Amino acid sequence: MSLFEFLSQYWPLLMSGTGVTVAQFLLGAILTVGLALVFGLMKMSSNRAIKGSAVVYIEIFRGTSLLVQLYWIFFVLPLFGVTLEKFTAGWVAIGLNAGAYGAELVRGGIMAVPKGQWEAATAINMSAARRMWRIILPQALVNMLPAWGNLMVEILKGTALVSLISVADLMFQAKQINASTYLSAQIFGTALVIYYILARFLLTPFMRWLEGFMARKLGRA
Amino acid sequence: MDDLSGFPLKIVGENSPMVSFKRVRKAYGSLVVLDDLDLDVAAGEMVSVIGPSGSGKTTVLRMLMTLEKINGGVIYVDGKPLTHMAQGDKLVPASEKHLRARRSDIGMCFQHFNLFPHMTAIQNCMEGPVQVLGLSKGEARDRGEELLELVGMADKKDQHPSRLSGGQQQRVAIARALAMRPKVMLFDEVTSALDPEVIGEVTNVIRKLVSEHNLTMLMVTHQMGFARDISDRVCFFYGGKIEEQGPPAELFGNPRRERTQQFLSAVKEAV
Repeated sequence: MSLFEFLSQYWPLLMSGTGVTVAQFLLGAILTVGLALVFGLMKMSSNRAIKGSAVVYIEIFRGTSLLVQLYWIFFVLPLFGVTLEKFTAGWVAIGLNAGAYGAELVRGGIMAVPKGQWEAATAINMSAARRMWRIILPQALVNMLPAWGNLMVEILKGTALVSLISVADLMFQAKQINASTYLSAQIFGTALVIYYILARFLLTPFMRWLEGFMARKLGRA
Repeated sequence: MDDLSGFPLKIVGENSPMVSFKRVRKAYGSLVVLDDLDLDVAAGEMVSVIGPSGSGKTTVLRMLMTLEKINGGVIYVDGKPLTHMAQGDKLVPASEKHLRARRSDIGMCFQHFNLFPHMTAIQNCMEGPVQVLGLSKGEARDRGEELLELVGMADKKDQHPSRLSGGQQQRVAIARALAMRPKVMLFDEVTSALDPEVIGEVTNVIRKLVSEHNLTMLMVTHQMGFARDISDRVCFFYGGKIEEQGPPAELFGNPRRERTQQFLSAVKEAV
């Protein structure tokens, strides 16, 4: 079978898998951003209990394997009465894992904002919440966007693991096709190329654009 | 916290000072930065603070802006305690809520301007009035434009700080502080980070404020000539205390204390 024939025959399956991969990525990324923001800010709290719970979260999810976390969420949580559908378990595990890394990026980005900015916001009597939201976070965001670009690529690549709990993503479809055709080089080669295109030609340029956009907004460019 | 029973809950009277430091102490560990400081500034008075680095002069402004906590004593602004609040008939350390209620009386300009880089000049001036004072955007814009006009920056109001020179940024920073309508303005070495040729544009703005507006001002500066020109009173700080103070002509013309003489002659040689 020529590569063209092969592709035209399995294209619909590959595309449906790619769609699931993109959905897993997007949902996982949104959860990541939310968790990173919440736990990054919590880790900077002076309240010991708040800070402590952020440290526990970050340590657990950064210090253990994503695959083990995925299995925990899908296979073990039901034993405690929490049953997640496999699609949901997939992106939740990804978000929880990457959120722990993101929390450190948020903290680092905030700490990199000069002290004078905090003081100037205090000098015009802003509340702590508005100071964070209107003065510190916009500047922290610009500081941390390059690192977020890397994390986003990691999240995308990490989604391949959800195939192991039978979420029908690109990797799952590739394995299925491989099992029925044994055309390993073609199918895994194609999957490789699709992941590469998603990461390098869609995601990375988007993050670059976002960096430039934010820099212009902050008057830096 | 030490015993505060000797401190009044408020200072009343016709000639009560706008700012009053009463036995204020500040220490970082064993390093005492301010040692039982007593300092009154009358309403409308312009006081310059001079002294060698490490003498505690910037700390005075930072405590008044509530950027630093004090370790002892009480600071009053407009007769009411700033660093403390009344609880029954006692003074207790101020809560964040109390600080927010009292802090709007004070505005501050910094050595490094600290403009918000993601906002234009006019947005910098509108931020406090809109977000803190609750003005509408239109009102805040009018107020901001008026103040940018005052500091000679009206034509640059839509520029981001990164497009402005140091002197221009400092003038915007002055407008930003004034937009909050403070009773007391603090200038912390506002010309120290500027190129010599633009210092004048900032000092001219401060001169204008002194002559046309009835603001109470405290200024930490290394520019002796400027301090001599515009101050009602000059305080020479040494080792966390006011070593000598008086009208500028007296302090600069005829310093009585040896440390003042040494400092002033050292500064003169440097020029």
